[in-house]
Amino acid sequence: MSAESAPALLSVRDLRTWFFTDQGVAKAVDGVSFDVRAGETLGIVGESGCGKTVTSLSVLGLLPQPPARVMEGSSVRLRGEELIGSGERRMRALRGNEISMIFQEPMSSLNPVYKIGGQIAESLRLHRGMDRKAARAEAVRLLAEVGLSEPERRVDEYPHQLSGGMRQRVMIAMALSCEPSLLIADEPTTALDVTVQAQILELLAELRGKFGMAVLLITHDLGVVAEVCDRVVVMYAGQIVETGTVYDIFGEPAHPYTRGLLDSLPSVEDPGKRLDSIPGTVPNPIDWPTGCRFRARCPLATEGCELPQDLVELGEEGRTARCWRAPSLVATGAAT
Amino acid sequence: MSSDVGSLVVEHHQGTSRGGRLLSAILPGLPQLLAGRWGVGSAALLTWVGLLWIVVARPSRVASALGGAWDEQLAVGTLVVGLSTAWLWSWRDVAAAHEVKRVGVSVWELAVRAFSKNRTAVAGLLVIVGLYVIALLTPLVAPYDPAFQGDLLRERYVSASAAHPLGTDQFARDVLSRLLYGARISLLIGFVAVSISVTIGTLLGAIAGFLGGIVDGVIMRFVDMVISFPRLVLLITIIALFEPSIFLITAVLGLTLWPGTARIVRGEVLSLREREFVQAATALGFSKTRIILRHLIPNALGPVIVAATLGIGNTIVLEAGLSFLGLGVQPPTPSWGTMVADGRNVLLNAWWLSTFPGLAIVFTVLSFNLVGDGLRDALDPRLRS
Repeated sequence: MSAESAPALLSVRDLRTWFFTDQGVAKAVDGVSFDVRAGETLGIVGESGCGKTVTSLSVLGLLPQPPARVMEGSSVRLRGEELIGSGERRMRALRGNEISMIFQEPMSSLNPVYKIGGQIAESLRLHRGMDRKAARAEAVRLLAEVGLSEPERRVDEYPHQLSGGMRQRVMIAMALSCEPSLLIADEPTTALDVTVQAQILELLAELRGKFGMAVLLITHDLGVVAEVCDRVVVMYAGQIVETGTVYDIFGEPAHPYTRGLLDSLPSVEDPGKRLDSIPGTVPNPIDWPTGCRFRARCPLATEGCELPQDLVELGEEGRTARCWRAPSLVATGAAT
Repeated sequence: MSSDVGSLVVEHHQGTSRGGRLLSAILPGLPQLLAGRWGVGSAALLTWVGLLWIVVARPSRVASALGGAWDEQLAVGTLVVGLSTAWLWSWRDVAAAHEVKRVGVSVWELAVRAFSKNRTAVAGLLVIVGLYVIALLTPLVAPYDPAFQGDLLRERYVSASAAHPLGTDQFARDVLSRLLYGARISLLIGFVAVSISVTIGTLLGAIAGFLGGIVDGVIMRFVDMVISFPRLVLLITIIALFEPSIFLITAVLGLTLWPGTARIVRGEVLSLREREFVQAATALGFSKTRIILRHLIPNALGPVIVAATLGIGNTIVLEAGLSFLGLGVQPPTPSWGTMVADGRNVLLNAWWLSTFPGLAIVFTVLSFNLVGDGLRDALDPRLRS
């Protein structure tokens, strides 16, 4: 693949975002490293509470500090420029301009008191210095770009007049207004109807090609991942437990957690089958278990799992799993 | 009230366009009345007829006011603006009768529609608007100068008559004129004091709520301090130290009323800042100042408007109370509170002295409270869809 050789657009190294609360230190993100290459779609997958969203918010510096703190040694580089500790002014210039973000809840992510055109125009005027008229024209163009019908009329409508899917399109138009090189999409389709979900994903894929931007897609929905991602990072308990291409992850999942996630999907081949689920819940981030953090829920846990686990390389570049048994599991293709 | 309530399509049917225009040109508001839109129709018609009556009945007063003091010029200005507004509004309303508008409907427009369904609140609003218009027009309307004294031997404590519709007081001054001039004081103090307190309270509350942490702590402890200080004692101290004046009373009231607003706005902002549009605004690279001023405050305004409306009513009562105690507006400037105080010793013999200013206070404050309640219902975010 040509993407393999492309330099990293965003490079996250040993990101640790901890929350200092009254109950203790919640290590929500605990040593996460990954790269997003220009133009690719990287999916971050995991259950609720495993640190996906905190990771993405840390990249943009959007977490309130305190209680959150990005610990020393963490590094987030955009085209080589270190973002951690780069100052509020620099971050403001990057946000919306170089890195944009769309959120889960389209119902509340638009300001209810302004017309949608005005909200798109605000960003254009701020980052691209357009005047009112030009910004409005550009807003109409962007609304057409994201597939909103009758953009000239919609531009003067208020958020409450639009459906959820339309609002998410408006959010995407806002996020794309300055043609960012990286779009972070945090569960962009979770709150939408299934049919609308598919449309929005299609739109994201189409726009990614058109604008040549990279997408960091955060989701718990493996169906979404299979549809749009090039590479996948699976997170569990604040750590990455598996990385690989979308074919690797779905074809031969190496980590028992990834397998568990895949087994909890309905299957076309065996429609009558009762869905599996992973027993238990994600442990408390204030008190991560020692050793393998998935051990308590892992069907394959044995002696040796009580030791801290490192990411193990599995052959190809970028293919890793945080499980000492992973190489043998992949090799034998052990059924679960 | 109007037929357009609750629909996105604004459409009026009122007779033929040409006849309607002709009617509107002569008597603005009549076409709307004939079309069954009683509220707006009567408002426009009453404004037109009432203001025109001033011009017809008191042409010399209007003419002399043109070159008079600033409040007289303001009155003439109000007259002109009022007349042209009523006329132009009716004309355009009739002209647009057959156009079908389909436009973006803001939350504010939805609130206006919800509000206009509430009859008591609309009645209150009409009273308030009427009061402010009359207060502005007072130099043209009032029969006498408020300080003008008649024959002290024969015209003291005269009950209602043609010359003095509401009677005279112990100095043979016309009660109606004093009531009208007193309205100016009460309404002005209420409006200005609340404007000051709302501005301070909104800004401080929004800053405290959005920034949180130490800033929040400092601002809110300051709020607690201001609230815990008994306002009446503060007012009496300040007024005892300085010469009481309208300016001083307004300033003191305005500078002590803001903590309530600050608390309301802070609470609103605390919940608003968790909404995703605020996070989205940060993610788009907007500065904190911009987020507070353009994104948080407009969304927190609903409860502020309600509090401000109720606050004007409270301030008017407070000012009347201070004046009643002799700590407010000083004689001979008329104020409703002083007028009630002046009449209280002769209540049995000259009941009109205290009664009319008392009723004026009651109706004004009642109107503000009705409007406030109506606004609360209309602006309640839980009712928004």
